[in-house]
Amino acid sequence: MNNPLPYIINDQTFWVSPERCLYWEEQRTLIVSDLHLGKSGHFRKEGIAVPQSVYKADLQRLIAQLYDFKAEKLLIVGDMTHSRSNKELELFLKWRNDFPGLPFELVRGNHDILEDQWYRDAGITLHEKQLQIGSFLFRHEKDPEHVNDVTENGPYIFSGHVHPGIRLRGQGKQSLRFPCFYFGALHAILPAFSRFTGTYLVEPKKGEVVYALVENELMRMQP
Amino acid sequence: MPVNKQETNRFSGQYPNGIPLPIGYLRNMGAAMEHTGGYKVICDWLAAKQLSPFSFQKQAWQAISGHKSGLVNAPTGCGKTFSVFLGALINFINEDPEQYQLRKHNGLRLLWITPLRALATDIARAMEEVLTETGIPWKVGIRNGDTSTADRTKQKKHMPEVLIITPESLHLLLAQKGYATLFDPLQIIAVDEWHELLGSKRGVQTELAIATILHTSLQTKQLPMVWGISATIGNMDEAMEVLLSPLHALKPGQAGSIIKANMQKVTEVESIFPDEIEKYPWAGHLGIKLAHKLIPVIQQSKTTLIFINTRGMSETWYQTLLDVCPDLAGSIALHHGSIDRDLRTWIEENLHAGKLKAVVCTASLDLGVDFRPVETVIQVGSPKGVARFLQRAGRSGHQHNAVSKIWFLPTHSLELVEAASLKTAIKEEMIESRIPMTRCYDVLLQFMDTLAISDGFDPATLYPVIRSTFCYQDITEDEWGHLIHFIVSGGDALQQYDDYKKIEIDDGLYRIRSRKLAMRHRMHIGTIVSDAMLKVRMITGGYVGMIEEYFISRLTPGDVFTLAGRNHEFVMIKDMTVLVRKSSAKKSIVPSWNGGRMPLSANLGKVLRKELAKGISGKGKKILEPELVALEPLFKLQQELSHLPKENELLIEQIETKDGFHLFVYPFEGRLVHEAMAAILAWRISRIRPISFSFAMNDYGFELLSDQPIPVDDTNVYELFSPDDLFADIQRSVNSTEMARRKFRDIAVIGGLVFPGYPGEHKKARHLQASASLLFNVFNEYEPGNLLLRQAYQEVLDQQMEEVRLRDMLERIQRSKIVLTFPTQLTPFCFPVKVDSMREDLSSEKLEDRVKKMQLELSRS
Repeated sequence: MNNPLPYIINDQTFWVSPERCLYWEEQRTLIVSDLHLGKSGHFRKEGIAVPQSVYKADLQRLIAQLYDFKAEKLLIVGDMTHSRSNKELELFLKWRNDFPGLPFELVRGNHDILEDQWYRDAGITLHEKQLQIGSFLFRHEKDPEHVNDVTENGPYIFSGHVHPGIRLRGQGKQSLRFPCFYFGALHAILPAFSRFTGTYLVEPKKGEVVYALVENELMRMQP
Repeated sequence: MPVNKQETNRFSGQYPNGIPLPIGYLRNMGAAMEHTGGYKVICDWLAAKQLSPFSFQKQAWQAISGHKSGLVNAPTGCGKTFSVFLGALINFINEDPEQYQLRKHNGLRLLWITPLRALATDIARAMEEVLTETGIPWKVGIRNGDTSTADRTKQKKHMPEVLIITPESLHLLLAQKGYATLFDPLQIIAVDEWHELLGSKRGVQTELAIATILHTSLQTKQLPMVWGISATIGNMDEAMEVLLSPLHALKPGQAGSIIKANMQKVTEVESIFPDEIEKYPWAGHLGIKLAHKLIPVIQQSKTTLIFINTRGMSETWYQTLLDVCPDLAGSIALHHGSIDRDLRTWIEENLHAGKLKAVVCTASLDLGVDFRPVETVIQVGSPKGVARFLQRAGRSGHQHNAVSKIWFLPTHSLELVEAASLKTAIKEEMIESRIPMTRCYDVLLQFMDTLAISDGFDPATLYPVIRSTFCYQDITEDEWGHLIHFIVSGGDALQQYDDYKKIEIDDGLYRIRSRKLAMRHRMHIGTIVSDAMLKVRMITGGYVGMIEEYFISRLTPGDVFTLAGRNHEFVMIKDMTVLVRKSSAKKSIVPSWNGGRMPLSANLGKVLRKELAKGISGKGKKILEPELVALEPLFKLQQELSHLPKENELLIEQIETKDGFHLFVYPFEGRLVHEAMAAILAWRISRIRPISFSFAMNDYGFELLSDQPIPVDDTNVYELFSPDDLFADIQRSVNSTEMARRKFRDIAVIGGLVFPGYPGEHKKARHLQASASLLFNVFNEYEPGNLLLRQAYQEVLDQQMEEVRLRDMLERIQRSKIVLTFPTQLTPFCFPVKVDSMREDLSSEKLEDRVKKMQLELSRS
């Protein structure tokens, strides 16, 4: 596996992992977004035969990341699950039981539509709108109505939701799009952790940093 | 639907064109049939109309009365419908010559499959006229997307004797419970315009439906006959073989017969010549300059159809014709695929009524009912193929024995060679073949679901039915097992944590019981996946028009493109809508449409190479077509600067300009083959020495451009064009993954992995939305053996790269002489390729300026 790269914000170190997540060193927290657990199951339940191995691989990657970083907490910036309950989520719960001591913090995203009881049973702390830790704010969507939130003096915001991607141009007229991390001056967007997700193109401006995920490798780009 | 006019001697033993029939022909043929009551009824009916049957019609009636199957090969508008339909009536009358007028409710006797629903009403009208006038109490029903639910229910209760249906609707019929009983009384399955269906996935759908119907009839009594009706194509025998394949599987040894109407319609081709032949031709501007020459042609005919290859150009032409001749306002119309359907219908109605003087159109008017008032057809630019050209020519001159006249207007002077080639090809009847598709897993999976929602199927019994079709004749038990496994368990899965549910097995029958799934499947039966069109809106509000997703997907925000005559800057795509803002940029991209992407056919390419060689041979100038004579100055210059290739030569030109080092190759094999060949050649050259290229191509040749000398010479040139290791080199040089990703879009829709959605369901299905491109990634990574994925890669090889044609070309080149020249300046041949490559970076005005300058410089030197 390719090595994670450090990114420093407000004197805190965030390790950018090519497996589509961040590790916050000082807080020993693994930060992920848009897991969309159970998405393949949701399709399959409706008779659409997508391979389920994509789900298994997502879960395995998540476990591997928790072990690799020896994370003591998991923070999910929304869209942990994709839709209503299905058997794939049972597999998730079974696996959750193997980590009883690991706190799960979830900032609710638009896809997190399960009963509150389900989250309690699963040992997941649900944060309705946002979660602030020190000078950092985590929310699923960077709320467009609260533009004022993003201020010089306010907290640095981490969000997910959009599944950011970037287009890289190759020889001739070819171009391909890849998922990416996006770091602005006051706001960062995490890529979707699940590989069963599409991307929405972001346009980084000068001074902003993008890490493209090209075949399990990180490519740092700074326009 | 005219039948032979009385003036042709009715039983004179002559073909209608006067060629005598073989001796004893009439006596052997149809002697029995001609003594039947049914034949008499039909002939009396015809005689009352001053008509008598054509010999091909009689041949068909004879074969039908002998319960044989086959293919009628006849051009449109000469009674091909009657060859099969009247045959069915004769048989019906002969069953009970006394009481036939009293026999009502006979059940479905004749299933009439047609590719175009627009044709259904006219065919039904023609059939009903016969039925009324002969007093046969049959009903004619139409079944397609426009049929109301009430009519469907009525049909279910009392099937009409004749049902006119599209392949899609036929599959919907097979999705109904108890469909098999509908086909009990069926006598004939007729497939109209079979040449249109063959070679497409709709053709495969037709094959599957025929196989299924024949196998259900197996338990009853006699198998229905299968009749195809087709225009002339290059592979008539194969066309029949494909159609009758399920019949032959059930009744081996029964040969079908091809009945050919010997009434070759005379097609006259006339070119419109520019006043002066440009020695440095380039595509795209000459046509418009000749627009004024069309005005007299339009004014002299009752109605004229003007065929333009692309929607974009048709807009320009419409405007230009109005500018050149303002009198046409109100009597000229524009018809293409992006035009509102209501407006198109209005245009078609007015064409019928003869109220329009001219219609500028695209392939949108290639097919469909005949417009009788049309006297003249004009083709602007290369028709790309002989069959298409003939089809368009056939849109004029419907009266029997009338000459079809088509004018050819070149968009650059070199295209005049195509006119000469088309004449030769028509004379020698070199019509393109339609290659049947094989192993379309997507269509098969869709069909299995169709059967699963009606009566269910047993894989063991279904297997031979599927194998009886031409498309799936080679499918192995292993592949069949794969398919069954895929629809039952949904591919790779985590056993106890899987919810996959679609097929339920009950008593050995595979069924879909979920009403929701069945409903969704019914909504999506079909194989025409139209290129997704996106609405274009100004970001400030206001609707601009529709544009193809394909085009938009290649743009990045900030790019400027032209639509509806204005320049727009692409901002973003949101909720399936393209948001744009006004742009004052001079540089813009003009959308390319499907027609523009169609490559020159192999047939036309072959004749083209032959005609070119005639250009300079000098001898027998009198017999030369006027197009070649007109092009003489261009040929001379080409010969002077480089070389004019003979039929068995491949010309390669190496030219150095201030842009760099160019290598031009002229195989005349069409754009797609050239695109693939350019990539392969570039890859092979880079193995000699690291070097990078940019490509350009048109239908005649391609260009490699580099900033360093290109190491191609006599010592290695044959090796560079070797067919050895072609497959491996394709894999290495062409980005087949990206091409497969595009092919996968259609396959995923047909195969039931992606649902474009339907009204009312939009919101509910949001959690089920995934783009075909995302699914492609997921399959590529997690289930690379998936059949639909493999099909996508296969389609890239077969259709995108035209692998067979590519290989044929390389083999031809190995047998021919490769001529390498080193001209000191651009030649007439390479000029259009060069201009095409500049087109991508320049706005059209700038391009025109620059081309003029180049032409000037070149003719001075």
